[in-house]
Amino acid sequence: MTALATDAVTLAGRGLRLVRRDVDSMITAAVLPVVILLMFTYVFGGALEVGTSYVTYATPGIILLTAGFGAAATAMAVERDMSGGMIDRLRSMPVAAGTVLVGHVVASLVKNLLTTAVVFGVAAAIGFRPTAGPLEWVGAVGVLLLFVHAITWSAVLVGVLVRSPDAASGFTFFVMFLPYVSSAFVPVDTMPTWLRGFAEHQPVTPVIETVRGLLVGGTPGAPQGDALADGALLAVVWCAALAVLFAGASTWAFARRR
Amino acid sequence: MDRTPPEGGRDVVVHATGLRKAYGRGRDRVPVLDGVDLTLRRGEVLALLGPNGAGKTTTVRILSTLVAPDAGRATVAGFDLVRDAARVRERISLTGQQVAIDLRQTGRENLWMMARLAHLPRRAARTRADELLEAFGLTAAAGRQVGTYSGGMRRRLDLAAGLVTRPEVMFLDEPTTGLDPRSRQAMWEVVRDVVAQGTSLFLTTQYLEEADQLADRVALIDGGRVAAAGGPAELKRQVGQVRLELELATTDDAGRVAAALGVPVPGGADARTVRVATDGTLAGVRELLAGVERTGVAPRRWDLRTPTLDDVFLALTGHAARTTTRAGTATGEQTRPAEEVAA
Ligand SMILES: Nc1ncnc2c1ncn2[C@@H]1O[C@H](COP(=O)(O)OP(=O)(O)OP(=O)(O)O)[C@@H](O)[C@H]1O
Ligand SMILES: [Mg+2]
Repeated sequence: MTALATDAVTLAGRGLRLVRRDVDSMITAAVLPVVILLMFTYVFGGALEVGTSYVTYATPGIILLTAGFGAAATAMAVERDMSGGMIDRLRSMPVAAGTVLVGHVVASLVKNLLTTAVVFGVAAAIGFRPTAGPLEWVGAVGVLLLFVHAITWSAVLVGVLVRSPDAASGFTFFVMFLPYVSSAFVPVDTMPTWLRGFAEHQPVTPVIETVRGLLVGGTPGAPQGDALADGALLAVVWCAALAVLFAGASTWAFARRR
Repeated sequence: MDRTPPEGGRDVVVHATGLRKAYGRGRDRVPVLDGVDLTLRRGEVLALLGPNGAGKTTTVRILSTLVAPDAGRATVAGFDLVRDAARVRERISLTGQQVAIDLRQTGRENLWMMARLAHLPRRAARTRADELLEAFGLTAAAGRQVGTYSGGMRRRLDLAAGLVTRPEVMFLDEPTTGLDPRSRQAMWEVVRDVVAQGTSLFLTTQYLEEADQLADRVALIDGGRVAAAGGPAELKRQVGQVRLELELATTDDAGRVAAALGVPVPGGADARTVRVATDGTLAGVRELLAGVERTGVAPRRWDLRTPTLDDVFLALTGHAARTTTRAGTATGEQTRPAEEVAA
């Protein structure tokens, strides 16, 4: 392995240990989405008309919320590194700049896979019945990972830029807000026109529609055929573009911040 | 790999000339370093001594490749700091003012990680981590998360993390600030061991005693420049020895005691405190106290003081009255080097 790869593996291992032991944020990341899922299903779900059982409709959106909570923890972890002495020490060593950020991203991906599995488990227990075959599952998980990857890099950028843990955690509100203004919990055509414009064109909507189309294809509201393919392409392009943008910006800001 | 022949000879491991650095923009731009010259020889310990905000950390950050100087040149471990930063990084270690270890990793995990990042193979990294834990008295706590460590243990682990590769030059920024006297002593022992194994040490400190204990050479930084440099004994000789401090009830009393001891009558805000240099021996102090007793005046309080960093500053920079906080103590005899007072 090259030195760069070895460093990335070492720092990913570090990121995973830190994440695993940050019990508070682990609980937030797994429990809060579950609570929201139960709340939407049993409290609001009855009143929301989506054409299918509400848990079937809402689960993909809850998965995206989960990614948002995870991202907030990543922003805080990166901020902690920046304001503590760790980054200084790493910079004075022959470790490529930014490898430590990659470590946080890898940790975030693994953590999100786990919390997502928890949410899926609970959803299945309360009536979420995916119709997906193996290929669709792979596709859905792939799109989710791409989304988590992009949103994690945006969290890393926040962590590099902000100067306090509070500011980093404030990021939660922003990423939590995005899925609400999308097709995650209600179809966008129930929204007022001015909001619908945003909801239809923001990146969360194609991601959710793709995951929905892949997991519960055939249920009302889930895209199929060409619509699904177009949506999937759009989702992948969005996620890739955002990841490149945020990863680039993070590395750039990381190299400059002193 | 050819190293730039270090200016000043083969045995020079840090050589800096004319380092300048300013922070801020436009009108707010404040110079922090204003032409710093420093030399560290192989196997030696150099202590950079200065008060808060003097620019110690800034100097260390420049020399350990974290920030580029605005002007000036430096070679570290034989390589140019700016052109060959990567090579410099392979040969130094930095233990900054802030502890740089993860609270949620165990002591062993922290050291193992640093050893891996310094590109030791897995097995070697594990062995090195265990060696260091042993050497720093942390074996028993090695499997515990660092969050449960005391401040002194964290500092020791932090220092150990900087030693995973036995660096040529080690930078230590205020290693004992915030430690109790016993932990400080223990830290000094550890540092001496490291130096005995051939690492050259660049240390910053606010404590004269620390410089005295560890350093072969001391550089006093003030106003962005090195105000004085030399061996610690040399510097202390310029500052003076232990002094006796007497606080009297009134300025009249102070005048009488000062006259009896043959020192100038104190004035200004501090006019009820008489200071007199002693040789620090029992006989010397007894004689001075006897002199005070003969005046029939009872001091409210008396104290023996060893020279502090402030005293060194007063003595060696001569501009202690520059800041308002120091103006009080700068009046009277203290503006002059203590030798003169003792004479
Ligand atoms: N990144 C920065 N931006 C702006 N000003 C800075 C920055 N770093 C340091 N300074 C300023 O430079 C001056 C010197 O700081 P430095 O940290 O080098 O001092 P120091 O001698 O290490 O002090 P201390 O004993 O408190 O650690 C201070 O006035 C500080 O406010
Ligand atoms: Mg400092």
